[in-house]
Amino acid sequence: MRLFLHQLRAEQLQFWRSREAAIFIFVFPMLLFLLLGSVYSGTISGHPAREVLLAGMLGYGAANTAFAGLGISLVIRREGGLLKRIRSTPLPAATYLGAVLVSTLLVFALQAVLLLVLGRLLYGTHVPDRLGSLALVLLFGAAAFAGLGLAVASLIRSAEGSSAAVNVILLPMAFLSGSFGPTRRYPEVLRAIGDALPLRYFIKLVNGVYLDDRAPWHYGTAAGVLAAWGVAGLVVAARRFSWEPRSA
Amino acid sequence: MSAAAISVTDLRKSYGDFQALRGIGFDIREGEVFGLLGPNGAGKTTTVEILEGYRRRDTGSIEVLGFDPQRFEIGFRERIGVVLQQSQLLPNLTVAETHRIFAGYYEQPRDIDEVIQLVGLAEKRDARVRTLSGGQKRRLDLGLALVGDPDLVFLDEPTTGFDPAARRIAWDMIRSLRSLGKTVLLTTHYLDEAQELCDRVAVLREGLIVRIGTPAELRGTSLETEIRYRKDGQDVVVRTLEPTRVLSELTAEALAAGRELEGLEVRRPTLEDVYLELVAGE
Repeated sequence: MRLFLHQLRAEQLQFWRSREAAIFIFVFPMLLFLLLGSVYSGTISGHPAREVLLAGMLGYGAANTAFAGLGISLVIRREGGLLKRIRSTPLPAATYLGAVLVSTLLVFALQAVLLLVLGRLLYGTHVPDRLGSLALVLLFGAAAFAGLGLAVASLIRSAEGSSAAVNVILLPMAFLSGSFGPTRRYPEVLRAIGDALPLRYFIKLVNGVYLDDRAPWHYGTAAGVLAAWGVAGLVVAARRFSWEPRSA
Repeated sequence: MSAAAISVTDLRKSYGDFQALRGIGFDIREGEVFGLLGPNGAGKTTTVEILEGYRRRDTGSIEVLGFDPQRFEIGFRERIGVVLQQSQLLPNLTVAETHRIFAGYYEQPRDIDEVIQLVGLAEKRDARVRTLSGGQKRRLDLGLALVGDPDLVFLDEPTTGFDPAARRIAWDMIRSLRSLGKTVLLTTHYLDEAQELCDRVAVLREGLIVRIGTPAELRGTSLETEIRYRKDGQDVVVRTLEPTRVLSELTAEALAAGRELEGLEVRRPTLEDVYLELVAGE
């Protein structure tokens, strides 16, 4: 436990000290929310458009922080030799990875709170009634995306291309899943692709709990698909994760 | 005679069809500075990484500080310090923060300011790692290897890419490890480095140890003496096992002809000559 907290502190220090991470991972979803929120108005399917957008941005934030952010940072650490170096210290591998994951979830938790506060203050979005359920759903989704982040880090070979590769996955996924607005009017093909993506189901969960004020267990299928993606990510990571640089 | 810190018997390792190590054995005593020398691809890094626990051996037995490294026990990792060939650690943190983070991984770390002082980074204590020069980053790596107060330190090519002044500084630091009583295993392809620092060296070629001993012993294994002089503006080099006879003939001839043996030089081969001979094959 002492080691875990020590590493968690170290992870937080590293995250907030890195300007790229703090801007691209932490600030960017809020920036997008502010921009898109300023052009959205009226209602979508009976909900205030800005609340629909807020739910989509919580989804984008989770994928951006836990999938993209975690994936890129692990590749950079691996290719720079940090993972290999850490491996030779007495810090157990599980403690290290655990601290990295929890640190990522903490960053996202703070981001989610700020998104909700920004929405309330600037766009009059309502405070979720089921705050506990929403927190649980957000944590669950971020954990699933962290599993996928581990997988993508295991598959990418070099640090240079990592950011581009991850964003090539992330941005279309966010678009097709409805992070930036409803997908009702998308061509059928795009909607079909979207229906296979984990972010689609995560947003469905968030919509259900936040917009429709229903308990998360009404969305068992969505939760199941999301969990399956997360587990698939872990399976890939368990088989392919490497502590040593690939491109050396 | 002190106990063995590392003991290796008949160590073999293949990558696919490539035999990286074809049965090597050696012992390193506690407190010894031991060098692994050899050209690229000779098996130096493979050997070190097996001893560090990063790679599994195919066959052979190994004991490092009483542990089998491939079991990767925490107790083992408490007692070793590792400097990898290349590493980019935590660019946005300061030297002191990085040391504090690594110190936290060990049961009984050294005082971080003492370590920072030891590796000569006291003035850079609060500088971000990304602002350090290449040599300073290497010293940071060394500091992080020492912060857990290890008994055994692995240095994989610690001065590759250094300018001469930075190498001198690194050498002084490695000597200070010896005075702290640490056992050091270093790899290098610099002969002068091995000669300056190592109590003993093993020369690797194509996965085998071709020679092992003190730098002086290694030099002594080549019995030839080299005689150089100039004749009619041309350099002449004679290598001989009978320097007395050859010199006597040469000087007699020159005296008879009333000539001078210009630029006459008689020398024992350097470690470098021996090394080049060894790694080139018989």
